[in-house]
Amino acid sequence: MPPTVEFCPRFLTNRKIDLSLFLWSDQKSSDRSCSSLGEDAKLILKGVMALPVPAKGLRVALFATCINDLMFPSTPKAVVKLLERLGCIVDFPTEQTCCGQMFTNTGYFDAGLASVKTYVKAFEPYEYIVGPSGSCVGAIRHQSVMLAEKAGDTALAAKAAKCVEHSYDLSEFLVDVLGLVDVGAFFPHKVTYHPTCHSTRIAKVGERPYQLLRAVRGLDLIELPDASTCCGFGGTFSIKNPEVSAAMAADKARNVVSTGAEYVVTGDNACLMNIGGVLHRNNTGVRPIHLAEILAHQEGDAA
Amino acid sequence: MTINLSISPRRTPAPPPGTIGIGQPEPVASPAFRENAKRQLQNTQMRKNLRHATTTIRNKRLLRVAEVPNWEEVRSAGAALKDRIGRHLDKYLAQAEENLTKAGAHVHWARDAEEANRIITGIVKSKGVDEVVKIKSMVTQEIEMNEALEAAGIAAWETDLAELIVQLGHDRPSHILVPAIHRNREEVREIFNKEMGQYGTPPPDKMSNDPPILAGAARRHLREKFLRAKVGISGSNMVICDTGTVCIVESEGNGRMCLTLPETLISVVGVEKVIPTFDDLEVFMKLLPRSSTAERMNPYTSMWTGTTDGDGPQELHVVFVDNGRTNALADPEGRSALRCIRCSACMNICPIFERVGGHAYGSVYPGPIGIILTPQMRGINSAIDKSLPYASTLCCACADACPVKIPIPDIIVHLRNKIADKKKHDMHPHLEPTVMVPVNWMFNSAKHFEFVQKAVSFAAGTALKNTDYLGPMPWPASPWTRARDIPAPPAESFRQWWKKNRGGRR
Repeated sequence: MPPTVEFCPRFLTNRKIDLSLFLWSDQKSSDRSCSSLGEDAKLILKGVMALPVPAKGLRVALFATCINDLMFPSTPKAVVKLLERLGCIVDFPTEQTCCGQMFTNTGYFDAGLASVKTYVKAFEPYEYIVGPSGSCVGAIRHQSVMLAEKAGDTALAAKAAKCVEHSYDLSEFLVDVLGLVDVGAFFPHKVTYHPTCHSTRIAKVGERPYQLLRAVRGLDLIELPDASTCCGFGGTFSIKNPEVSAAMAADKARNVVSTGAEYVVTGDNACLMNIGGVLHRNNTGVRPIHLAEILAHQEGDAA
Repeated sequence: MTINLSISPRRTPAPPPGTIGIGQPEPVASPAFRENAKRQLQNTQMRKNLRHATTTIRNKRLLRVAEVPNWEEVRSAGAALKDRIGRHLDKYLAQAEENLTKAGAHVHWARDAEEANRIITGIVKSKGVDEVVKIKSMVTQEIEMNEALEAAGIAAWETDLAELIVQLGHDRPSHILVPAIHRNREEVREIFNKEMGQYGTPPPDKMSNDPPILAGAARRHLREKFLRAKVGISGSNMVICDTGTVCIVESEGNGRMCLTLPETLISVVGVEKVIPTFDDLEVFMKLLPRSSTAERMNPYTSMWTGTTDGDGPQELHVVFVDNGRTNALADPEGRSALRCIRCSACMNICPIFERVGGHAYGSVYPGPIGIILTPQMRGINSAIDKSLPYASTLCCACADACPVKIPIPDIIVHLRNKIADKKKHDMHPHLEPTVMVPVNWMFNSAKHFEFVQKAVSFAAGTALKNTDYLGPMPWPASPWTRARDIPAPPAESFRQWWKKNRGGRR
């Protein structure tokens, strides 16, 4: 069964969207101009509305992120499954490594810059760069240009700025670009959502993950007490100040358990590794899961 | 500054040994943040008090902020004003001096804590008195004025209720707005019963721990000090340049007593506290009370321009203090920390502050603003100052709460960069920059990353074949795995899966 198509009004007005993409995806990106929307757009939209899958032929570059690539491959696999189901053509530019925030946020700007270079090299040609992490996408958005400028590399800064414009967290891409909140997922479980700090306060994904989760069939979303409080991960903070980090993670895990949920879901696997680690150590039986894996899940898939 | 305690008995309760001031000539002796935090985390009572207090105040702040329809605009106005003040600080300070002097105030300039204390002690001594009453003030905490006065045989009496609790408790403030936030009412009762009588009017017999009863005891204790004091000392929230007016914002009215009863008033002011015009007050009077005590308007706002014959203090001294502020001003990326209006919204929302309390920070300025302000003012030489910028998960809750939009997380990262650079160029090698070399190698090219993935996959497919999660492990994994398990890496990375399943494509 094709997923339910639901276009939000923003779809028409979002300046980042080039509707012509949906029909002629093989056109070169330089040929497309967002400002050319007008009467043509209405005609194109009519065509799009009639399509059986919402994002037919839309080419998307997957930014897997280093932690997912190495430690949590099920998450980028889920993104591939989900985006392909929605009609996208998914590329995985293999030059990519990391967003660099591990280095940048510890103070090692030169090492952070090396990662930014790999990001630009990998994603420069793409119009839509999608990563299942508010934190990594947030780091690219907030720090990549700063690092290049600090190093005096104006050419890289300009390229990075262009990449920033085209980089999306998965939830933003689904809701803003594809105009979807119902992606046709089925997940018959009680879950609670932890809005990770960088997804809410740097990437600013806002209500999008909640909208997406509420539209999942069978899913029972339970509110997490003190949801907006940090889980205590903080990258190298968890190693430099392990006692405070553990105290924060313990409080977060306690709040998760208090909801009675079977799964704790976030849009960032790093935070999930922290919360999930405490949940596992304490034999709570609550399992961590990434938002992408819930959205990719359909009836008939093994639980 | 060395204080010789053997000359005569102290006049005021002694604080704990060590220093949390800014501008001491010798390096600060406090251990690094991690050691302090570890100890503070064991204080269950403090954690309970802090959780209760910070949760209450931050929820109330959200309500008060939501009432202002143009809150974001007012925040931007506050930030822009403070930036302008920083850009033209030389001009505004000269204008402030001119107009303060015209109004009848004596203006003094102090480069550092020592100079400020010398000026203040000199004024007090010239009045022939051996005690002063003072309003709660961060800058006097910062220069450790009370101890400097004590060393000169002058007793400085704190009159703010929470500062009184801290002073009588031989303690240090743990919060810039609510200095005794780490104490509960039972502890306050004990402190009052044990100490109050030794320094003046004792508390009533069989005093309960009911807050109004405790406040009543403090009132009676302070009354005689207010009536006796010939010199009052205040800080200042704002000094208005075009009128030469000093302004204090407070909640309890003790400030009003100190500002009106003594014959001489000394106001100690950080150089960044000047604001250009009287009209600019409207911005800060909207931002400050809502962000600090979560009130629409604070109970007492006092403003004074010079002196008035026969009414209030007859002599007014204003001591402008730099004490490291111009160090921060000289750093283009760090200078916006000087926008701070000392509201404490960042502390109240900080999940780390909530768990460790202010004492862990080894500075009069704790919490998010403290970890960016202290190392800029004091330098990054001591163990504590080098560790402060790392006392953050970069969760960014502080940046959202800050009424003058200080980009606290960005300044934290900037300071971490300064510290990392310093480590790299130090004479003796550090572990961290050494570790960063191979880790950077791993990520600076996809080929290297793939190589590491292959090694990890091999380990995962052999040694860790039947393992889902890894439990407690020795160093270097110990900091992480002492508190939480870590998932075992999968036998196949995403990249390997992609190659296998989407082979031909990029």
